[in-house]
Amino acid sequence: MRFLQNPDPERRAGRMRMRGMLRKEALQIIRDPSSIAIAFVLPIVLLFLFGYGISLDAKHVPLAVVVESPSAETAGFAASFEQSEYLSPQRFGTIQEAEQALIHHTVNGIVWLRNDFEEKLLSGESAPIGVIINGVDANTARIIEGYVNGAWTSWLQQRAAAHAGTLNIPVRLQPRVWFNAEMRSRNFLIPGLIAVIMTLIGALLTAMVVAREWERGTMEALMVTPVTAKELLLGKLLPYFILGMGGLLLSIGMAMWLFDVPLRGSLLLLLLTSALFLVAALGMGLTISTAARDQFVAGQIAIVATFLPAFMLSGFIFDINSMPAAVQLVTRLIAARYYVAILQTVFLAGNVWKVILLNSVVLVLFCVFFLGLARRRMVKRLD
Amino acid sequence: MPVSSDILNVLELSGVTKRFTSSQQTAPALHEVSLRVRKGTVTGLIGPDGAGKTTLMRLIAGLLVPDSGQISVLGIDAVREPLKVQQVIGYMPQRFGLYEDLTVQENLNLYADLQGLPDAERPARYAELTKMTGLAPFTKRLAGKLSGGMKQKLGLACVLVRPPQLLLLDEPTVGVDPVSRRELWSIVYRLVKQENMTALLSTAYLDEAERCNEVILLHRGELLGQNSPAEFSRQIEGRSFQAVLPGINKRSLQSRLACSPGVIDATIQRTGVRIVMKNKMQPDAANLPDGIRIEPVPPRFEDSFISLLRDKDGYHTIRNVPSVQAAPAGSSGEDMITVDQATRRFGSFYAVKGVSFTVKAGEVFGLLGANGAGKSTTFRMLCGLLPATGGKLSVAGLDLRHAPAKARARIGYMAQKFSLYGDLSVQENLRFFSSAYGLGGDEQRERIEWALQEFELNEYAGSTSRELPLGYKQRLALAAALMHRPKILFLDEPTSGVDPLARREFWTRIAGLAEEGVTVLVTTHFMEEAEYCDRLVIMAEGSILAEGTPDDMRARVQSDRLSDPTMEDAFIHLIEEHETARRPDAVLAKS
Repeated sequence: MRFLQNPDPERRAGRMRMRGMLRKEALQIIRDPSSIAIAFVLPIVLLFLFGYGISLDAKHVPLAVVVESPSAETAGFAASFEQSEYLSPQRFGTIQEAEQALIHHTVNGIVWLRNDFEEKLLSGESAPIGVIINGVDANTARIIEGYVNGAWTSWLQQRAAAHAGTLNIPVRLQPRVWFNAEMRSRNFLIPGLIAVIMTLIGALLTAMVVAREWERGTMEALMVTPVTAKELLLGKLLPYFILGMGGLLLSIGMAMWLFDVPLRGSLLLLLLTSALFLVAALGMGLTISTAARDQFVAGQIAIVATFLPAFMLSGFIFDINSMPAAVQLVTRLIAARYYVAILQTVFLAGNVWKVILLNSVVLVLFCVFFLGLARRRMVKRLD
Repeated sequence: MPVSSDILNVLELSGVTKRFTSSQQTAPALHEVSLRVRKGTVTGLIGPDGAGKTTLMRLIAGLLVPDSGQISVLGIDAVREPLKVQQVIGYMPQRFGLYEDLTVQENLNLYADLQGLPDAERPARYAELTKMTGLAPFTKRLAGKLSGGMKQKLGLACVLVRPPQLLLLDEPTVGVDPVSRRELWSIVYRLVKQENMTALLSTAYLDEAERCNEVILLHRGELLGQNSPAEFSRQIEGRSFQAVLPGINKRSLQSRLACSPGVIDATIQRTGVRIVMKNKMQPDAANLPDGIRIEPVPPRFEDSFISLLRDKDGYHTIRNVPSVQAAPAGSSGEDMITVDQATRRFGSFYAVKGVSFTVKAGEVFGLLGANGAGKSTTFRMLCGLLPATGGKLSVAGLDLRHAPAKARARIGYMAQKFSLYGDLSVQENLRFFSSAYGLGGDEQRERIEWALQEFELNEYAGSTSRELPLGYKQRLALAAALMHRPKILFLDEPTSGVDPLARREFWTRIAGLAEEGVTVLVTTHFMEEAEYCDRLVIMAEGSILAEGTPDDMRARVQSDRLSDPTMEDAFIHLIEEHETARRPDAVLAKS
């Protein structure tokens, strides 16, 4: 143990100072319910919210089916909607009634078979089907459109089979969904959510606890002790790194065992890349804290500069490829974007080295940039 | 440069200038400050808020870089080698720099680690420090749960964990009760003697200057002088007098004397009024009321400070005491404020417990007590801002339980720290506060005009209240509280942090208001200001310890040992009596 017996007094004093800083921070974290809340309670709330509450899947969407003159053909058509687990059709006699239902939000769409539907169908003319969809929520509207299309295609196929003929469709779509075969939105939301949680702990919590020291006047007292700027930074970095990794383990555990999100890649890889992102987030938090000296300002900056981008521009909920080109460029500056890509890959696809390495390299750049910036700006001066 | 132990001057500043450029900050600049602090002395850095005391402390501690000039601490250049300076000094910032969610012991451990005190030396040092500060029984208590005085002593203990050669204390006695203040001073002297330290401490309390070996006077960033307190006093030898005129209200005597020719300072002190004359001038009996008795008294430090300030700022009197033009107050002798067994509980904690007093029309009534004594809670209950848990409170005959809004309309309230809108101009603040009290049209215009005139705010009418000097902020706050011609005026710590000249002016205005029949209720932690009250109560831990006139209070503690006690002596005596009654085992530091 030569290291421990290092006779250099300055290094021994440095270790002693680090011990003091770490012990103090640990005690504060344990005693302050708000740090625990941000590190552990908030992830649980968010995971439950996104795991159970928010779902981008449309299931049992109420749909009005208007059949103006019922017949065998229309009955068969309507029945095809009933077979779908995505739709729950309600029958209406007139379009007026159905429109009322749409206005009152009891249904999200209308499929309208006019009087002459059967007549035209049997005479071989093209028989139009009216489809009206509540487009207020564009996302759901598109999903309904897809389901309705799917439903009538399968009806056409059945009908063709029943008439002992083949349907005259030259190209057939054979969809196969990879990585998330059941198309559960949870499976990609929850891995992405981990990026948001890590941002909260790394950037928001860290920026606020440093600002709290400014507010309470303890920072000034620390600064006049022989503690160095590097030790001050490390004293904040290490405890919140551990706290963040704790939040991560909790989130991974809940994702895998509570929400049945598959983890196809290696856990070790997941932890390593997460550590990388966490350090980048801590760097951002510490950089913010060198500029903001009260908790309110620190919180505002952290939310606007780190949390909201991680939420909206990381590809966690909104697909980056469908954003306008300018916004896509902006997302390149968001560290969470690279981490979300890693998370979704490791969870749903497995160890795809090219994706993981590329994104990890960018995360390393973020770490170096923000830690360097925090170190530069962290001066033991008040002006 | 090696730190030699036989350096005579522990601290040397030469030509230090510091400016703050940020427009947000109104922090003072230091201008060409040069000074020296000798080894083994207790030096006081004295000046009102905004004089630059904290800036100077931070420069010495290496936390700020001067724009020009040199700072040398024990032979180390504080500008170039702040870390080295920080290894030999101990610095306690305002608010003590304690971690409130850590225990006393954990705070000590932290600072021992940061200061690099070897583990082996800790038990002995901890024992010594906790014994000296009286914190030994509380090592497991969270720092946040300590009283103000104990926090201050813990802050000091943390700084002393590894004995520094130079001890810097930034306003260590602010907001701390007089008992704790005295204890702190005795600890500092013990340290200087026993541990061979040098101490530099800043304070806004002028009476503390007399406790220092040497005093550095700072005013608006400039050095007014550096000397021993005795030397400061000697410079104005023969210019201080005590005037007594039985049968006349001391406040009106004071305001009359303040306007007499040649008088540069008049303050109520004990049974009379203390006056300080211009150089080579004697009180002119012909111009003074009949029957007045004027005796020369030894000068004190404060006299010379005021004299220096007057030389600097010129002599300024309020020629006409502002007339509130108050609605005729109730006939004198009527009870304007009644508090009967008022109690306020927060959870299981009694902030105010069974407090009773009455204030008559035209009286100036004081609430004295340390932080946490229950003054502000009593105030908030009287303003109808906080419902009482028990008891009865009424203001101007209105029960606050039933008609808080109606009662508030008759009260003028000046809150702690003045609560003005910093972004609004003086004029806008006045317009806002007058409309908040329901003034409009011609009446409002007339009142704003009155306020600008009477409080001499005209030259600042357009500037935002944030930019105002503290004394002007205080005037503006008082003006705002008087816009609706209240019969009753509530003043919560109205002079906190304001320079002594502005404080004198303020009390002159208050005296004028009382003369017109306005009832004034005031809290203060400046003991000498209690002399301006007709009657007062001393509070501790939510209850009243004593009630009476300032003379009554002093008479209570008069003894052979203390033939002419001050208000502060009376306060300390009462608190100590209370403490010993409550905990017979309490150890009280001897002053």
